[in-house]
Amino acid sequence: MADLIWVYAEVIEDKITPTTLELLSKASELGTAEAVLLGPAPDGAVQMLADYGASKIYRSADPVFRDYLTLPAVETLASLIRKHRPAVMLFASSYGGRDVAAALSALLDLGAITDVGDFVLKEGSVEATIPALGGSYQNASTLAGGGTKILLVRQKSFEAKTRAQTAAVEEVTAPADSAFRKVRVAERVTVKQEGPQLEGANVIVAGGRGLKAAEHFEMLRQLAEILGGAVGATRAVVDAGWVPYSLQVGQTGKTVKPNLYIACGISGAVQHLAGMKSSKTIIAINKDPEAPIFQFADLGVVGDVFKVVPQLIEEIKKRKGA
Amino acid sequence: MNIIICAKVIPASSVTIEIDPATKCMVRKGVPHELDPAAACALEEGLRLTEKHGGAATVLTMGINDATIGIRNALAMGAANAIHILDDALAGSDALGTAKALAAAIKKETFDLVICAAESSDSYSGIVPGQLAQLLGLAPLTFAKEIGVDGKKITIKRQSESGYDIVEAELPALVTVTSGINEPRYPQLKGIMAAKKKEIKKYTAADLGLGADQVGSAGAKEKVLSVGRPPARQAGRIVTDEGEGGKQIADFLAEMKVL
Repeated sequence: MADLIWVYAEVIEDKITPTTLELLSKASELGTAEAVLLGPAPDGAVQMLADYGASKIYRSADPVFRDYLTLPAVETLASLIRKHRPAVMLFASSYGGRDVAAALSALLDLGAITDVGDFVLKEGSVEATIPALGGSYQNASTLAGGGTKILLVRQKSFEAKTRAQTAAVEEVTAPADSAFRKVRVAERVTVKQEGPQLEGANVIVAGGRGLKAAEHFEMLRQLAEILGGAVGATRAVVDAGWVPYSLQVGQTGKTVKPNLYIACGISGAVQHLAGMKSSKTIIAINKDPEAPIFQFADLGVVGDVFKVVPQLIEEIKKRKGA
Repeated sequence: MNIIICAKVIPASSVTIEIDPATKCMVRKGVPHELDPAAACALEEGLRLTEKHGGAATVLTMGINDATIGIRNALAMGAANAIHILDDALAGSDALGTAKALAAAIKKETFDLVICAAESSDSYSGIVPGQLAQLLGLAPLTFAKEIGVDGKKITIKRQSESGYDIVEAELPALVTVTSGINEPRYPQLKGIMAAKKKEIKKYTAADLGLGADQVGSAGAKEKVLSVGRPPARQAGRIVTDEGEGGKQIADFLAEMKVL
């Protein structure tokens, strides 16, 4: 019998997330893929999960899953897992995915592997590869003991592929007990992102602490614009409030694989490298010749970003005009 | 309100972290340690809340003897009490083992709020706080960019993929904070002197009722199979800017046919 692999399907901004589809595609290659979709979802969401490999979908449209964080989903997943005993339960390394996976592992006393980049099923368990310390190491881990194996998987680890598939839908009910309604979402605020999206950008121009102040990102916006690319940033810069979180590249931000990544004033902390080191070509500009980013750069320029970047912008304008 | 801050003490940021191929763990012993900057933000938030609402901030660490330096730093910043879970039997614990040890120590205290960093700056797994909240039956409020307490009600601004959420719960609760939530204070001389005299409460695994089936490398469900280096990227070209750096990049882009 094929191994049963479950995927926790996530809806963000009224869309099934791309990572959900990536996980389903991988799950359906390795075994029987099934999805759990809790809370309000857009029209066609169930069909979409089927299109990407789910042969069965456990479904509740109850708004309790949207309005109360973590606890209702954990309770519902725990009872479904106890009943159906999937071999593996996959989560995206998103905010919600991490919360639910963490609580679930404690509730069911199951181990969990985080930051997974790839995995295989082996002799009743999983073997996961984890890019560690920003990719300077690559580790492999397994989970000992019986029970469902919980994996938190990095986004863009797998390709989302459609396959012709019909899915059975089983309705599940939300837990009624108020004990699971302790964490209430009073309001959701969308912060509008300016400029092109990082996702799918061919060229990314990213800035780190070396830029010294929020206003210096303007220079990167100009460079990105003339190269037809998007602007990215490190966690330090986002934490400092210079740019919104939607621009964050790294382990806790977005994983990107553009054709060209220009890192400006970025030292190359583990956290950041994890999100961009698979870029096809990397150019780094940093004043510190010892900066780890240079180990990953195809072209590294040891110099002052405030001199090199403006000169680069001028030079590109000149050559494009010619 | 009494607040417990879970603070990890990690190899100093100046140290390149190595993984020991034999134990497959990070090399921690003999390496200079510091209070995780992410934990310093959690502590700062705890200190501000106790300064505003009264009560005491207690810092809780699980780690080797070298972690003491970070605990002293937390006390110097202003934590009233410190607890150190210190036992070689805990080496190699996985996230759930760590959460179990922290939970057992927290159960011995009276508290209104537990604050953790959303993730540590050395391993970034980010699941210990969620496991801890579940083990303690506390409302988990995660990825806070801002915390407000009004009586028994706690409200946070929670970082989300698309912006932020306003999330609320009743105390007792567990909050995780993002590192941008504040700028941690530097310890002052008076605090540093006072910290030297403060007692650090110590627990072993046995004190916490934890056996080898739950914690340490034997109790870890996650088993590291191998550590290795991924295929190296081909070495790139490094040049020093002598006034032509921007032009050199433009030449490179032309070679790549981007221009």
